[in-house]
Amino acid sequence: MTTVDDLAPVVVHDSGRESRRERLRVVLRSKTFLAGAVVVGIWIFCAVFGPLVVPHDPYADDILGKLQPPSTEHWFGTDRLGRDVFSRVVVGARDILLVAPLAALLGTVLGTALGLVTGYFRGLTDDVIMRVVDAFLAIPVVVIGLVALTAVGPSRVTVVLVIGIVFTPIIARTVRAAVLAERDLEYVEAARLRNERAPYVLGGEILPNVLGPVLVEFTVRIGYAIFAIATLSFLGFGIQPPAPDWGLQIFENYGLLSAGDWWPTLFPALAIATLVVGVNLIADGLTQAFER
Amino acid sequence: MGRFLLRRIGLALVTLWLLSVIVFVACEVMPGDVARSILGPTAAPETVAALNEELGTDRSVAVRYGDWISGVVRGDLGESYAFRRPVDEMIGQALWNSAKLALLAFVLVVPLGILGGVVAALYEGRAADRAISVGGLSVSAIPEFVWAVAAILVFGIWLDVLPVTAQAPPGSGVLTQIEYLLLPALCLVLVLFGYLARMARAGTVEALDADYTRTAVLKGLPRRTVIRRHVLRNALLPTIAVVATQTGYLIGGLVAIELVFNYPGVGRLLVRAADQKDFPLLEGTVLVIGVVYLLATLLADLAYAYLNPRVRFGGAAA
Repeated sequence: MTTVDDLAPVVVHDSGRESRRERLRVVLRSKTFLAGAVVVGIWIFCAVFGPLVVPHDPYADDILGKLQPPSTEHWFGTDRLGRDVFSRVVVGARDILLVAPLAALLGTVLGTALGLVTGYFRGLTDDVIMRVVDAFLAIPVVVIGLVALTAVGPSRVTVVLVIGIVFTPIIARTVRAAVLAERDLEYVEAARLRNERAPYVLGGEILPNVLGPVLVEFTVRIGYAIFAIATLSFLGFGIQPPAPDWGLQIFENYGLLSAGDWWPTLFPALAIATLVVGVNLIADGLTQAFER
Repeated sequence: MGRFLLRRIGLALVTLWLLSVIVFVACEVMPGDVARSILGPTAAPETVAALNEELGTDRSVAVRYGDWISGVVRGDLGESYAFRRPVDEMIGQALWNSAKLALLAFVLVVPLGILGGVVAALYEGRAADRAISVGGLSVSAIPEFVWAVAAILVFGIWLDVLPVTAQAPPGSGVLTQIEYLLLPALCLVLVLFGYLARMARAGTVEALDADYTRTAVLKGLPRRTVIRRHVLRNALLPTIAVVATQTGYLIGGLVAIELVFNYPGVGRLLVRAADQKDFPLLEGTVLVIGVVYLLATLLADLAYAYLNPRVRFGGAAA
């Protein structure tokens, strides 16, 4: 999942405000981007205003009314504790849309810093860090997340930290590739000859020129973060009950599938599917715009 | 070729050692007190101390790591806390089961992915290309367990044509086993297809654009021959590398799939170990997953080098 991105690192040269505006126009004209933006926009609306608009309390048990099929009273039916599935799906957007982007952001910030340093200095630092990165990459994200969350205990905060840290080496690789393409260009050389110090050359000169790939990487990582966090929640090591998180809802209810009670599982599954596809369409639109 | 191989193996061993440190730190240093994390916050301090002594986790971290890693080198992964059985034995059985499932998924997805990618590249920019590229990407973006519940619902319950558990009754023949493994393999195929098709597409587009292809067209060879002899031969090389890197991803996917289909593979073992805080089993499983991944990438590098003379004779990629 990670090395695919590395095979074709996106390296772009930014030539000022003009090209940036042009790029924005390309993004906004892209049908895939707009379709993704609409879907994600709906989920963001649910995350922000969900608790105000849902017809039932997403946490309220009603053991006598458990596992009712969809009806006009309960549009998506009720789950094994009698909670309204529609309300839980709408309010459940909040957890994943808060935790996943935060994890992606943490990974992007740390990974960009690491990628800048290793790509710029090369040498021993680079060799050592890249070996550690390789070791991390030998284990699937879900597996290492599972191990780390077993050790530190699952909660919203630890999920953000663990996924953020697991993403760091992956993002560092992409940024490093972009920095390697920049570091020998004349403007970097000029800054060095002016006796600028390394932190300035990295942050003030190189960083603005690799922001394109960093932004694309960030969007792509949000998609992967949703994927990973939903999976961890489904395994019972992500967001904890009684939160109406989608992965957790599927975990709690999928055992009832064979009894024919499909609604408490299917609707959160559709919610995850539409959200990740939406985020990926946005990322695809951005990638296309930056690769031009 | 010999030096290339030695260098590759050396790097893999270094990576593996670093991995063992990371895994050990994650399992035994981060929780602080191993017995406390197994027994929970309400257990009496004496009970915790007694369990730490019994498990040997009252010793210093360095001693424990030395003890563990010297066992690992000799092929002894220790004993599971929860099951009181040798870890290697448990992983061996699970690995064999997972390999069967993974093999079926690969056999299905590799031809499909390559076909999809090549078709997309031949119709670059047109409707077929957009459908395969965007469709494949979207299908890949959806987590395996979501596909798994969808597959169980549609094929296992509504249509009722395939079994919803993956393990065939003991003593079943190969065909029955395949029938039982079809649904979980299908979920893996869906998630892997997009990446594979994307790589095959990129390779084909590049080869179609290359000078040797133009030469072949200009000297009057039929389109069919050009595509088969010039384009595909060069395009499939990068795809081989991707197939192997997907092994690691495939194992990640197995975790959720095996749980949903209740299949006794490495993934389900891992979740059980984590649930029970069975650290020796957890460490062993993760390490074995790392070994499998590194072996797969090593084999891919070798296959790539063998097929690509530029690497074989000491080129840039080594």
